[in-house]
Amino acid sequence: MGTPCAIVGTGNIGTDLLEKLMRSSELDVVAMAGIDPDSSGLARARELGVPATDRGVDGLLERADDLQLVFEATSAWVHRRNAPRYADVGVTAIDLTPARLGPSVVPGVNLDDHLDANNVNLITCGGQATVPIVHAVARVCEVPYAEIVSTVASVSAGPGTRQNIDEFTHTTSSALVDVGGARHGKAIMVLNPADPPILMRNTVYCGLPEGYDAGEVTASVLAMVDEVAASVPGYRLKADPVIESGEFHTPGGVVPARVIALLEVEGAGDHLPTYAGNLDIMTASAVRVGEAFVRARRRAGVPA
Amino acid sequence: MTAPGFRLTDSTLRDGSHAIAHRFTIEQVTDIVTGLDAAGVPVIEVSHGDGLGGSSFNYGFSATDEMELVRAAVAARTQARIAVLMLPGIGTRDDLRQAAELGIDVARIATHCTEADIAEQHIALAKQLGLEAVGFLMLSHMIAPEELLEQARKLESYGADCVYVVDSAGAMTIEDARRRVSLLADGLDTQVGIHAHNNLSLAVANSMAALEEGAAQIDGCTTGLGAGAGNCATEVLVAAMQRSGVDSGVDPLRVVDVAQDTVRPIRPEQGVIDRDGLVMGYAGVYGSFLLHARRAAERYGVDTKELLLELGRRKVVGGQEDMIIDVAVQLERRAASARAAATAEASA
Repeated sequence: MGTPCAIVGTGNIGTDLLEKLMRSSELDVVAMAGIDPDSSGLARARELGVPATDRGVDGLLERADDLQLVFEATSAWVHRRNAPRYADVGVTAIDLTPARLGPSVVPGVNLDDHLDANNVNLITCGGQATVPIVHAVARVCEVPYAEIVSTVASVSAGPGTRQNIDEFTHTTSSALVDVGGARHGKAIMVLNPADPPILMRNTVYCGLPEGYDAGEVTASVLAMVDEVAASVPGYRLKADPVIESGEFHTPGGVVPARVIALLEVEGAGDHLPTYAGNLDIMTASAVRVGEAFVRARRRAGVPA
Repeated sequence: MTAPGFRLTDSTLRDGSHAIAHRFTIEQVTDIVTGLDAAGVPVIEVSHGDGLGGSSFNYGFSATDEMELVRAAVAARTQARIAVLMLPGIGTRDDLRQAAELGIDVARIATHCTEADIAEQHIALAKQLGLEAVGFLMLSHMIAPEELLEQARKLESYGADCVYVVDSAGAMTIEDARRRVSLLADGLDTQVGIHAHNNLSLAVANSMAALEEGAAQIDGCTTGLGAGAGNCATEVLVAAMQRSGVDSGVDPLRVVDVAQDTVRPIRPEQGVIDRDGLVMGYAGVYGSFLLHARRAAERYGVDTKELLLELGRRKVVGGQEDMIIDVAVQLERRAASARAAATAEASA
């Protein structure tokens, strides 16, 4: 028996997460909560034998006495409303919206620092894909300014993402600084409607300071890509990192060079087809975070 | 005196920013706004070329903070309305609020032509701030007129006061422009506008055709200063309209002086449709890619024309300037492996 957990939100993210959690030996999905009785996400839960409620968090908390973890896959404002209710009943929230109530976490970067929190935030899909690269550069030299461009197929961006587009840029920009370690950050999101749909693409630019070591920067980025790819197999560089010299007047000051990492994320094809690497990297990170919480509690002797 | 036949928006200080790598100064903004305002131009747009928040590695850093440029424009105008552009995903509502505090009048919210729904919150905020809201459907040539109407209806439902057919690649023929504008003008209650680029030497013609089909707003840039092969030249549009008996509300002889004396010195060669500019219109490539593509072509030793054609084939959209580097790196590698294969064959 794994640790009991629930999913709130039945859109693309919630449904993809459901597919992945069904494969986890550490976590048991005991409920899926939504507000639309006809949603395909709830139908999928019932199909998989997971108890489903269309009465949202009310329906969930009524019957989940032993619930330990909840994965929030709604929207930022809904999570802001729900978070205190989870806290009241002692349930830890893993937040997949850009609400950013708890500390932002990225597996492989800072997850271990926050395993005692009762609410952690997974930033955004673009954040999960790019913060590790910024961190990889920042661990070998100062990064005065980091910028990312995240491009996803239009069909993989549901109404939640579309209405959260400002939150995406704010939350991701902050994470480039707070988690990635850059001094200044900027995030850009682009939707591309091409058919067949494009794979999720992320471009990371980091300004490099005087005296940077090109070999170290490249090696650190390559190592990080391997590490992320260990849990998200479709995560890859399209080419080795490129270092361009020039005089760049960034918000973090003038820098003599920038490193550019061109990344592609091919999804596992769980809920949406493989182009939706943006869903995959988010939900794969959520599973990693959930499992890390379970293991940390087991180590600490907390029943989980 | 009759009312003008359309409302002109001059975007020299926004779209023109692309042509000079986002290096407008406060002095240039003050001089251009003063000149256009005195000539009677009713709306003047000022922002980074990629809209508020566009200053970046991906699109180029602004030499002067765009909010300082907006402030200078507001201070220099007497009658003109000042507009800004904003692309959701690049700028945010915070940028709009900041510009509104500086005294702008019009917020133009731009999305790729199929993605109107990401503009809902921004149009709503613009209206809430008491601004005029314009929806701007970029690369409108990429979808059928009927699909464009569907997207335009969304913008209208969010509260847009006008919806623009935007030919960001300068790829539209006169017929393309006519069909899109007429369908939108018939299908919407709100106004329709056209923003034309000159890659196929059709910017003024398309704008005049759009007027006949019911466009109420038309964009120009003085001398055509703008992305790619440049825009519909404001002074040419005003003169041509006058010759066809349409009053633009702008003094043709005053605006031509602003073009020649104030704007042309900034980029004397503006107006030439060279190979790169023409290829962009021919291949339907987003005009703002031009300088970035030239830079990447030089850095990676690839041909600009090949690079632009490949970007066209991949149907890359506005904002994806990072793809220019991606494709340039791939072309470089392809060329290197072709050379290696040729060498191996020669020595075998």
